[in-house]
Amino acid sequence: MTKKIKNLNLNFGPQHPAAHGVLRLILELDGEVVEKADPHIGLLHRGTEKLIENKTYMQAVPYFDRLDYVAPMNQEHAFALAIEKILNIEVPIRAQFIRVMFCEIGRILSHILNVTTQALDVGALTPSLWGFEERETLMTFYERASGSRLHANYFRAGGVHQDLPRGLESDIGDFCENFPKIINDLEKLLTDNRIFKQRNVDIGIVSKEDALDHSFSGVMLRGSGIPWDLRKSQPYDCYEQMEFKIPVGKNGDCYDRYLCRIEEMKESVSIIKQCLKKMEKGPVKSFDGKITPPSKKEIKQSMEALIHHFKLFTEGYRVPKDEIYTAVEAPKGEFGVYLISDGSSKPYKCKIRAPGFSHLQSMDYLIKGHMLADVPAVLGSLDIVFGEVDR
Amino acid sequence: MNLNDLEKKINSELTTKINSSHIKHNQLYFEIDKDDLLDVVLFIKTNKNTKFRQLIDITVVDYPEQTQRFKVVYLFLSHEFNQRLIVSYFISENEIIPTLTSVFPSANWMEREVFDMYGVNFKDHPDLRRILTDYGFEGHPLRKDFPLTGHQEVRYSEDKKKVINEPVKLEQNYRNFDYESPWEGTKYIKEIQDINDKKN
Repeated sequence: MTKKIKNLNLNFGPQHPAAHGVLRLILELDGEVVEKADPHIGLLHRGTEKLIENKTYMQAVPYFDRLDYVAPMNQEHAFALAIEKILNIEVPIRAQFIRVMFCEIGRILSHILNVTTQALDVGALTPSLWGFEERETLMTFYERASGSRLHANYFRAGGVHQDLPRGLESDIGDFCENFPKIINDLEKLLTDNRIFKQRNVDIGIVSKEDALDHSFSGVMLRGSGIPWDLRKSQPYDCYEQMEFKIPVGKNGDCYDRYLCRIEEMKESVSIIKQCLKKMEKGPVKSFDGKITPPSKKEIKQSMEALIHHFKLFTEGYRVPKDEIYTAVEAPKGEFGVYLISDGSSKPYKCKIRAPGFSHLQSMDYLIKGHMLADVPAVLGSLDIVFGEVDR
Repeated sequence: MNLNDLEKKINSELTTKINSSHIKHNQLYFEIDKDDLLDVVLFIKTNKNTKFRQLIDITVVDYPEQTQRFKVVYLFLSHEFNQRLIVSYFISENEIIPTLTSVFPSANWMEREVFDMYGVNFKDHPDLRRILTDYGFEGHPLRKDFPLTGHQEVRYSEDKKKVINEPVKLEQNYRNFDYESPWEGTKYIKEIQDINDKKN
């Protein structure tokens, strides 16, 4: 007599420590093998795009911090670049260096979190304790430059909000000297670790073709052996002047993606060093008074500056009618802003292209046929942050 | 291949299918007809001179005052030639449009998002459900006529011991100040002037 066995449906999340946020993953299991995965997202949906349509361009910047909240400034960068391209304004060179430097700090912030939590998901506790100490240091740099550890609101159209405070540059320099040692320590714990390799090697393999078809970007693409990085191929700000390598994976599995992230952190440190070396004193925002606010000192002395200040913080600046897509290489992949302006001081439409959205979408393709215990490992290597997936 | 050559190339291959094209901000923009979408996309994906192998995003722009209300926008990227392409077409409110899921698997969630946010329907989509909004949500939030505050709010009811939906009740109305510069003529000042002119 044959007995029919029904597959088991398992709810993974929405509150599960390995789900990296509020993900509800409905898994269909045949024994311990995953037959189908159906991610339910949107539990952190805040309607960012709708809110941006109702705010002026300057008021919309903080919403970008709240997308991928582990590397806030990289998102602001895309929005600032989009406005600058439409308005056709020049960004002073010092501001470009500051921006690139903080983008790389953001990349390190994001990669530390991802690498260490991926290790945590497969059973290693120590890396996350070590990693978070470094993140704390980096977030103090954020705080000293922008006044806030996470929600920076620092990159504005035309430059950055304010110049770096005294001493910050040398402190970042010191960090760059010490940080490679921390990466080495992390690598000693993980790279040749038998358990870590057993859990990650040959898990969640993505071929080149599939990586393209599933709209992967960033490390997900490079891990599969496609040498594509927007910082090199479509350079923005002063990335053209920087020398760095693009680490590429071979097998496209979770382990290769981990290796790519480790190497990228090393490259980021070198970019930060180059920025510090090349940076000179100078203005940090565009001189166009119709777009960037005047300094407090000017407001006290000049009537025109006072008017500019008032108009900028009530009406905001107007952006001529246009349509543009700009993308930056955020730590998680290609982060893009599709902006439509209509000549008023509010965006008519602002579509945010989050890399995590298309990565999470392919969960079903990645996990089919794997064991249940591989779900956290694959999810960890996708580098998902729900702030940007749900928007 | 530079953008101008690419524009010429695609225009000559797909003459009847491209309504208009232009280059702006180092990107290529194409306007097509709804029915030609699949042909155009298949061509630009497979042709060896274009190779737009990646679908970056699908989105819709809402222009409620037009009869053809929605502009559907597709963003493509060619890694090989390092170019970006933006394809768009207009549809009216209840039109059903073709899905791209057969060409790009990643179109699945993007189209679900468009359906959720704008209520645009896709023909032959394998799994057209809401994606970002709550289970049982009504309305399409990104349409211009959907209020910013929404229609329903959710709270936990101590009496019923469960989460309930009820109409939005605001302590203070949403205030939308008109900051536009009076020197360039805001709407209400023009109206006041018109009234004054009539009185005189």
